[in-house]
Amino acid sequence: MPDFIQSWAPLLAILVSALGAVAIVATGEKRRNLRETWTIIAAVAKFGLVLSMLPSVLAGNYPEVKLMQLSPGIELALRVDPAGILFALSASFLWILTSFYAFGYMRGTNEKKQTRFFAMLAVCLSATIGICFSANLLTFVLFYEILSVATYPLVIHAGSEKAYRIGRQYLVYAITAGIALVAGIALVAVAQGAGSAEGLAAGALDFTGGGFLSPDLSMGMLWTIFICFFIGFGVKAGVMPLHSWLPNAMIAPTPVSALLHAVAVVKAGVFGFVRLVGYTFGPDLTGAMGAAAMLAAFAGVTILLASAIAMTKDDLKARLAYSTVGHLSYIVLGVALLAPHAILGAAFHMVTHAAMKITLFFCAGAIYVHTHKKKVSQLDGIGRQMPLTLFAFGVGAVGLAGVPLVGGFVSKWYLAQGAIDAGSVVFLVFLLLSGLLNAAYLLPIVVRAFFRSSPEHTRFDEASPLMVVPIVVTMLLAILLGVWPDGIFRFFTLSEMIVESVTGTAITALGGS
Amino acid sequence: MSQIPVLIPTVLLLAALISLLAGLVNRRAGYATALIGVVLTLGLSLTGLVHIWMGGEPIRYALGNWLPPIGIEFVFDALAAYMVAIIMFVGTLVFIYAPRSLALEAPGKEGLAWPAMVLVLAGLTGMCLTGDLFNLYVFLEIAALAAYALLAIGGGAGAVATFRYLLIGAVGGGFYLIGVAFLYFSAGTLNMAEMAMLLPELSQSRAVQAAGVFMVAGLAIKMALFPFHFWLPDVYTHAPSAVAGLIAPVMTKVSAYAIIRLFLDVFPPGFFTEGIPLLAALGWVSAVGILYGSILAIGQQDYRRMLAYSSVGQLGYIGLGVAMANPLGMIGALLHVLNHAFMKGLLFLVGGVVRLRTGRTRIPDFQGVGRKMPWTMGAFTIGALAMVGIPPTAGFFSKWYLLLGAADAQAWTWFAVIIASSLLSAIYFFRMLEMVWRNPETDAAAQEMAPVPEGQTPVSMIGPVAILAVAVMVAGIMNVAIVSALLDRVVAPMAGG
Repeated sequence: MPDFIQSWAPLLAILVSALGAVAIVATGEKRRNLRETWTIIAAVAKFGLVLSMLPSVLAGNYPEVKLMQLSPGIELALRVDPAGILFALSASFLWILTSFYAFGYMRGTNEKKQTRFFAMLAVCLSATIGICFSANLLTFVLFYEILSVATYPLVIHAGSEKAYRIGRQYLVYAITAGIALVAGIALVAVAQGAGSAEGLAAGALDFTGGGFLSPDLSMGMLWTIFICFFIGFGVKAGVMPLHSWLPNAMIAPTPVSALLHAVAVVKAGVFGFVRLVGYTFGPDLTGAMGAAAMLAAFAGVTILLASAIAMTKDDLKARLAYSTVGHLSYIVLGVALLAPHAILGAAFHMVTHAAMKITLFFCAGAIYVHTHKKKVSQLDGIGRQMPLTLFAFGVGAVGLAGVPLVGGFVSKWYLAQGAIDAGSVVFLVFLLLSGLLNAAYLLPIVVRAFFRSSPEHTRFDEASPLMVVPIVVTMLLAILLGVWPDGIFRFFTLSEMIVESVTGTAITALGGS
Repeated sequence: MSQIPVLIPTVLLLAALISLLAGLVNRRAGYATALIGVVLTLGLSLTGLVHIWMGGEPIRYALGNWLPPIGIEFVFDALAAYMVAIIMFVGTLVFIYAPRSLALEAPGKEGLAWPAMVLVLAGLTGMCLTGDLFNLYVFLEIAALAAYALLAIGGGAGAVATFRYLLIGAVGGGFYLIGVAFLYFSAGTLNMAEMAMLLPELSQSRAVQAAGVFMVAGLAIKMALFPFHFWLPDVYTHAPSAVAGLIAPVMTKVSAYAIIRLFLDVFPPGFFTEGIPLLAALGWVSAVGILYGSILAIGQQDYRRMLAYSSVGQLGYIGLGVAMANPLGMIGALLHVLNHAFMKGLLFLVGGVVRLRTGRTRIPDFQGVGRKMPWTMGAFTIGALAMVGIPPTAGFFSKWYLLLGAADAQAWTWFAVIIASSLLSAIYFFRMLEMVWRNPETDAAAQEMAPVPEGQTPVSMIGPVAILAVAVMVAGIMNVAIVSALLDRVVAPMAGG
């Protein structure tokens, strides 16, 4: 059993970017270099704080802080466990890169309202890290709702009628998801005894490896709770048919698409499923009541449909968005399969997909800023002008398709093994088929860029280094995850620890590294 | 300390009188004396609140030393302390806010407005403090009569709307009085505590049952519960902002308080649920009202009218929480009394600031206001998010307790109504937020509006707005402290029964 150690670090890690947001607003557009400095300070400090907790988490001592009661018997409590720190490390590390990238992007396109943009991005990161470190359901939903609202100004950033319309759609989805989640949590609280004379026992809603919900509840109640959570998390995780806000939200500036709509916000939904299946219902109950099968079915269909739709999209960001929808469901599927290796693959895919997809979005943004090209069909020969960018795009593309030596291969390997362990040949086929589809909708872009020629793109002319350097770093990260999965921040070990806490089975897939 | 229960309404009544006289001599003196009375009373009620908060015993005061069955008793217990603190806190802030608002919206009539506002406060606090059923009626009418005068002060359409309010208010008050009379003939007392001891034996009596129905129905009418809400939108729309900011947050809530008091401390447990299903009726009426108010709020073009319909819905939350007949639902209802008082007060006061600075009251005209008045509209944003129920604002937690209460009562339709209403309020408040923060300089979608005149919002107006915005956050974060220090004691009779 892990020990819990009292620590303020989780709270500081959350607050530092909220304070950064205040400093950003106070500084304003007139002193933009100082404003940008605040972003960098907040991002680096946040990542540093998260990283500082890694050794103790690996040693089995989970930092924890209880602040106050949110509702009788339910504390505002933060706890850093392997699942939380895995997500927090990837999100906070990528925020640093995204910040530099965003400076280049926002200046390159002369965006308006940059102060609001950077401030809300910082708030979103605060909420995301809060989601990572929430110790119980009510704390979780608190940050989840803040994240929903804080993302809204970024979605409507363009200020056009279309942007506002999409913003409204985004809100309808996000607010519905939020209230469904609150309703589900209220049902859990009452099931745990909130209405009894004694009230809730301390920690009655705490995430517990292997789940805490009593299997004695009626089937109807269990399913009602599960459906509420499914809506609550499914919207953010883009599980079909709850996904349609996500491709539309690509109207936001590309740094937002890259960090929030490929990593932070959407992964918050996926992370919710991890917390739901692994730490609330528990794999046994989820499997016994049949909810795992339902979840797997939704995720499996989403994987195939999203990949198929991605192929039809000529708009580069839309294609990447549907690719995200598909890959998010890889993770949901891995969780729903309940087999240890599937969960391992799912957890690791949270990281590898983040690295690969953010690379692709960064590339799309760099191409747009530099050449104003948005469509796949316009990219003939662009590899000669922007070879670094397009090479990175190629690495991300083969990684998503599951080619070895890039991170995507490793996670997909374990997902496939998990599907076999679970006896689900159907889902194994789905995974392999989707790998082919991934290759089919991403690789032609690379081929087009390098092997066709165009009079427009003849000489070397890359985007600003502020954008190219983050692209190269995320690309290297994706490769590193493939050749040495445990090399960076012990992501693989963390994934193994998640499996152990959820299923009780220790697996040492890399020979106990 | 022992005189706090009676001092609070007395000081206010005296202040009203002095303010009226002083106002005849000098308009500023009229305001100053009224303000002194209000601030003094706020101090008294906070002193009492601290006493109760620290676990102190309820303070009882027999008027003129005539002991209860004969004399009138004033009781300062946890529920009264809670209500009076809310009324006086919001009342004081509105009082500070009012002069500039009234100078614009009801010029020349401030001299009458101050004593009337103090009288409203006297009536409302008196209702919460009295331990006597008939005396409650007296204070109810004091508050109502003063409120009619205040609401009509804007003249024109406001006066007509107020006349409708007067008619329906008289019916509500009359119903309540009939109920009191029935009880008096049956039990021979008007004192609440004494009545509570006598009623268990009489609860099968037709007269007592009729009394319960009349009293709750009368108070529900006073509370503007659907379908008795129809006067409310017109009245709130045409009243001066400061008056709406006083009446909307607290006035209807005190009628809700009276229902809660009857339910918890006067009638025997089970009376409203077993013999006559009065609570179930209250719950269903509230549920319909919630949906009705929220849906109509979506259609409104006038900011104040939207808030008024939103109030119709929000009052339903309180009725619904009471109707759940369990401690969680009751806590939700009581918390919502506080939360809604802060949120709605805040939103009405913001409306007044915008009207003062720009003359705008229509929602489409709010376009771009956020850019010019970032602090006011920042406060508005907090209020709007609270109304939608986004954590950690107060609104989230009343919704949370109500959902817990509905789940505990297994009232699934009501559970669904709360969810649906959250979504509906999200629609009309996010529509506002979108308008407010549209920026004509950078957004293609924003239409060019007449420029907002340069100027400063007076501190006397932005101050109360800011305090209420902070209060909305603090009330949310501190909800457990409020529940454990006060509300758990209020709902103790339910937990025991």
